Amino acid sequence: MQTRTSGDKALQWLVGILLGVMGLLMLLPFVWMILSSFKPESEVAQIPPTLWPHQFTLENFQELFENMRFGVYLRNTLIIVVFSFLGLFLNALAGFAFAKYKFKGRDGLFYLVLATMMIPGQVTMIPVYLILNMMGLTNTMVGIVLPGLVGAFGIFLFRQFMSTIPDELMEATRLDGAGEFRIFVQIALPISKSILAVQGILTFIAGWNSFLWPLIIANDESLYTLSVGLQLLKGQYGGDYALQMAGSAFMVVPIIIIFIIFQKHIIENYSISGMK
Amino acid sequence: MKGLSQKNAPYLFIAPTLILLALFSLLPIAIALVISFTDMDLAGLADLSNISFVGFDNYKEVLLDPSFQKSIFNTLFYVIIGVPLVIIISLLIALLINFGKARIFKAFRVIFYMPSVTNVVAVAVVWSYLYNPSLGLLNYILNSLGFGSVPWLQDPVMAKISLIILAVWRAIGLNMIIFIAAIKGISKTYYEAAQIDGASNWRQTWSITIPLLRFAIFFVSITTMIGWLQFFEEPFVMTKGGPLDGTISVALFIYNNGFQFSKFGYAAAGSFILFFAIILITLIQFKFQNKEADV
Repeated sequence: MQTRTSGDKALQWLVGILLGVMGLLMLLPFVWMILSSFKPESEVAQIPPTLWPHQFTLENFQELFENMRFGVYLRNTLIIVVFSFLGLFLNALAGFAFAKYKFKGRDGLFYLVLATMMIPGQVTMIPVYLILNMMGLTNTMVGIVLPGLVGAFGIFLFRQFMSTIPDELMEATRLDGAGEFRIFVQIALPISKSILAVQGILTFIAGWNSFLWPLIIANDESLYTLSVGLQLLKGQYGGDYALQMAGSAFMVVPIIIIFIIFQKHIIENYSISGMK
Repeated sequence: MKGLSQKNAPYLFIAPTLILLALFSLLPIAIALVISFTDMDLAGLADLSNISFVGFDNYKEVLLDPSFQKSIFNTLFYVIIGVPLVIIISLLIALLINFGKARIFKAFRVIFYMPSVTNVVAVAVVWSYLYNPSLGLLNYILNSLGFGSVPWLQDPVMAKISLIILAVWRAIGLNMIIFIAAIKGISKTYYEAAQIDGASNWRQTWSITIPLLRFAIFFVSITTMIGWLQFFEEPFVMTKGGPLDGTISVALFIYNNGFQFSKFGYAAAGSFILFFAIILITLIQFKFQNKEADV
């Protein structure tokens, strides 16, 4: 058995301090972003830069919502997030079907689904735009949401998880007269609560961060999401750093908070898939 | 929906997802291939009869396009420098975190992972500010320490490095988590045996941990490489491919030609070249890994 020598302890402290310093460096951009967002534009342009705001102000955030239409962008982003949850439901439904039913072509279709994970986005980017154009869906919310609605990775995870659902349980529910969809809603979903939670959080984060499709599909500013709006802001108001930092902070801080609250679940989810 | 029979239910359950995947993942590949052999552009979009078949012209033109050539060079630059950096740093941090016994080390996982979940645009905006030659924090710190200012985003070569720093910062967290999980999966008996033999911590890490992480390292290499071959958001937000095409990536080239110049056929040809490159590089990596495993 190991005995804890003082050499051991010293090494632990050394590693801890090393990680601490590196950790601070990792977080430096975020800290700087948050501090700068509360400074007035004049203070942000100062040399030497101030650390803590000498003049604490909320005017940057006000500006974002009053003049920069960030309220619209927020609304659009939230709409996308809500639709993403519909996609999550469809993924779970498909995963359930692949896991618990034997039907003709099941394995072949599942491999087809997995194959779509290999396709790089750059190849599909242009044709999908053309397809949406044919369907008259460019510059619409539906057009933004539809292409990325479902995903092979989610389907795969749900299939893996739901294959552990006992057949007897499903049989018993069938004998009670329940239809297949009710079995899904009343048996499969509650059992999958933990993975639904993790996928749900990741879906929220992905939806909140969505950038490329809104950028390509939306022509009207009224359809832009937070990230598209922020990128526009940087382009048009390149010198207003406090304003940009406020915009970034608004996008980043909610995610950080959600992440810190749920971090245990998210990290464990990746651990499970990392073990494959 | 209540009375779905057991036989029909699965088909209905997978139908929505399969239709969506077929329409937006599989069909597009075929379409991209077809239009890459045409001169499709905005006129073609308006009226399909305006499109004409041009054979391999797009491919020939693209390969001779100096912008495309620069984008290939830049993308390879990003991959060759960035991917090893990501692997080494995330592995190092994973080893350090795993080494720690106190509970605070779990908090470090969160700290290092945070940049990975935040929005790429927001992050790029923040780093643009940090990189600002006169107002940015980084140059200020360098100047205070007696060093000269660095043209972070103004010089074509330095700009590439600046983008790599940003991308590595974002990539560490995710790969670190994968490594931590893999390290935890190594059986303790190996270490116990080594300790009985008197092996030092360093020796144990080098001779036990790292060799047994071969699969995890391979997995991280492939996924990171495929990701970096599609490097897009960072140059798009921070430099728009400049200065002087110094940071343009293949993905950005495709985007510009497709959505700014509307040269759909041309851009599609470029995207297929990228597609083949990804497949080729992935196959080479697999071959390399198999050869190593046989040794």
